Amino acid sequence: MSTISDPPVPSFRLSQLIYDTRYRSLTIQVVAFILIMSGLVWLANNTVQNLAALGKDFDLSFLSSRAGYDINQRLVEYSNDSSHGRAAFVGILNTLLVAFVGCILATIIGVAVGVLRLSNNWLVARIMGVYVEMFRNIPTLLWILIVFAIMTEAMPAPNAFRGDTPTASMLLGDSVAITNRGVYIPAPIWGEGSLMLIAVFVASLVGIFAFRRYAGKRQEATGDILPVFWISLGLFVLPSLLAYFILGRPVTLDYPELRGFNFQGGTHLRNSFIGLTLALALYTSAFIAENVRAGILAISKGQTEAAFALGLRPNRTMNLVILPQALRVIIPPLISQYLNLTKNSSLAIAVGYMDVRSTLGGITINQTGRELEGMLLLGLFYLVTSLVISSSINLYNKSVSLKER
Amino acid sequence: MNDTQTGTVENPAYVRAEMIPEQAPPATQVGVIKWLRENLFSSWANTLLTIVSVYVVYWIIGHIFGWTFFGIWDAGSLSECRAIRDERYGEGASVACWAVIADRWDQLMFGFYPSELYWRPVLAMVLFLVAIAPVLYDNLPRKMLFFTVVSPFLLVWILWGGSIWGPVCVALGFVLGWAVLSYGTALIGRLGATIAAILVPILYWLFAAGPISAALGSVAPIGLEAISSDEFGGFLLALVIGISSIVLSLPLGIALALGRQSDLFIINKSSVMFIEVIRGVPLIVWLFTASLLLNYFLPPGTNFDLMLRVIIMVTLFAAAYIAEVIRGGLAALPAGQYEGADSLGLDYWQSMRLIVLPQALKISIPGIVSTFIGIFKDTTLVVFIGLLDPIGFTNAIRASTDWNGIYWELFIFIGLCFFVACFSMSQYSQYLERKLRTDNR
Repeated sequence: MSTISDPPVPSFRLSQLIYDTRYRSLTIQVVAFILIMSGLVWLANNTVQNLAALGKDFDLSFLSSRAGYDINQRLVEYSNDSSHGRAAFVGILNTLLVAFVGCILATIIGVAVGVLRLSNNWLVARIMGVYVEMFRNIPTLLWILIVFAIMTEAMPAPNAFRGDTPTASMLLGDSVAITNRGVYIPAPIWGEGSLMLIAVFVASLVGIFAFRRYAGKRQEATGDILPVFWISLGLFVLPSLLAYFILGRPVTLDYPELRGFNFQGGTHLRNSFIGLTLALALYTSAFIAENVRAGILAISKGQTEAAFALGLRPNRTMNLVILPQALRVIIPPLISQYLNLTKNSSLAIAVGYMDVRSTLGGITINQTGRELEGMLLLGLFYLVTSLVISSSINLYNKSVSLKER
Repeated sequence: MNDTQTGTVENPAYVRAEMIPEQAPPATQVGVIKWLRENLFSSWANTLLTIVSVYVVYWIIGHIFGWTFFGIWDAGSLSECRAIRDERYGEGASVACWAVIADRWDQLMFGFYPSELYWRPVLAMVLFLVAIAPVLYDNLPRKMLFFTVVSPFLLVWILWGGSIWGPVCVALGFVLGWAVLSYGTALIGRLGATIAAILVPILYWLFAAGPISAALGSVAPIGLEAISSDEFGGFLLALVIGISSIVLSLPLGIALALGRQSDLFIINKSSVMFIEVIRGVPLIVWLFTASLLLNYFLPPGTNFDLMLRVIIMVTLFAAAYIAEVIRGGLAALPAGQYEGADSLGLDYWQSMRLIVLPQALKISIPGIVSTFIGIFKDTTLVVFIGLLDPIGFTNAIRASTDWNGIYWELFIFIGLCFFVACFSMSQYSQYLERKLRTDNR
């Protein structure tokens, strides 16, 4: 006789697909997959039909045809005979230039404002609070227009600098002229031997890096602390300065000068560039200030007290205890603010700055009628940029995350 | 050697016999002077900072105050404004010409909305405030929430006008879905009822809603004069786009965040892809996509109005950002909350609805509100695709001969309006944070 009943027959009924939790997730996923795919196919199908109806095709060859329009600010060689691809490249460089300068300015202002907002000076803390709220609660676009209007409407015209009794004067020892046509600053002229100078400068940077490593190792091994800051500063300044004079001053400055109706020489920073960069920097700095403030407040007072109890001096407490912890909180949102600034630089359209959206996504599309391809490439550029920036956040987070053992 | 023992032990000369009366603290340690010393002049660096800031404040107020408060309110054009200024304050005085705002008030507020119908946007605004009040403040009667539920349909009808039966029939779809869900559960089980509650309204909207509303319209033609979206403008446009995107993006954002946290591979990856693509590209590129490209992706011949396209785009954009904020909230919850919900035997939706989401949303309030503020500020970008929001009108106003050359007054007015709206949103979020704080810090 058998005491053991037959093992349950592994049967499968269709209703298990819905009611059995082992299979249900699979069902849901298959249904979702079918829905998503059919949605995408529907969109693609519509696009193909619409393109066919308009007699267009999907073709990127317009990038190599002649652009035929001028770009007033270019970092690389470009003329209206260049290709649309080249125009897009010039636009990309212009976008990155605004993003780069804007990020640096925003960081400097933002850190200063954030720290001052925590100042125990009542008045300063209030003023910085007003600054932050003012910039955070008014649209970026409005700030860009306001800064641009200040530059074009409220600044003196070039002819105000002329005559025996000029109503405007150049700043910083006649080297910078702020006019309603833009700002003129001195431009460096790279003479013979300047390559050598740059090489010396790079070498001194490498030297600083090597020295800091050495000082760190030495401190680990022996406990002696070298005056790292002063030696680094010396390494940073002295070799380049010496080389500059030994090589016979290879780099000179070209100063802007009033000739005819306008300033000539130097570097001309257009109002569109200044308006966009300055407004984005001011706007973003308000957000950075809040990040900095939050980062500093996030470090509990006990950390400072413990460091003092160990006998660390205030500057060492700051450098070795507070900053490393605060930076862990500050840097990820800081980088995402950089990302926001880069994306907001597409507001260049408001002031006519020739960024990638105005070249590739604007004039090129209008001239060639390739809006699908143009917008796709434009979107791809922004997507790649932001993925690069956000993956750098992830890398940073991984490198500073607390090692839990 | 015994010098110290000259006095008697009972009453040594150097011991005080009675207490001195308590003295007032030094003048530098009380009241205003103490406060000033501690907060403004505690060190030489602080003193320097104080002096610099006092100068900055003085400089700004000196330049702005007179310009603002002696501004001219009654003029029909900039030249008239200047004539009044010369007469009142002398040649070339620097005062604002606020008359432009008085002169173009209607345009800045309502755009090209017909002027005899201005009561409709105003009424809509009042009704919106009534509808939103019970959501914002939970000490108001809960019965007001019924009005909140009805209000979206009512507001759309008041603003765009047309037959009343259109919105009513759309609303009926939701009632239908709810009815199927609550009565169908007993008949075909919860899962079947859920699926039916999604399918029935969709089929109803696709096939039944149109004929029904047309039939009702011919039987009882109740309606308001229809206004097309082209006539919306100014702050009305900014508010309509901003509010509808904010309201629509929250549920979508929650769904995307749950999708991104989900274990189901396909749902997870498609949510991640959607969120990253939307967030990686600036809003202005999406707006251009809406205005230039949307026709490519829809069946040939479809054409629907630009404002609706913009609302859809801004909603999708906002949803991706909100999803990331809420994901942060979901990730910040301790794993014990999820495990606790599981061990109580709750299913996925119950545990999300009752345990996880209330806590995650509470954590994410500051982030959600700052996303809302960002979205409301970003509604100004619609100017680039040809919609006339307040900033669009500044250009239009400056293009007229009357007001050619006027900048600051318009910018300041618009900035002030946005500031009031955004600042009150952020203050509300801080109030909510304080109210919902349950830990004992």
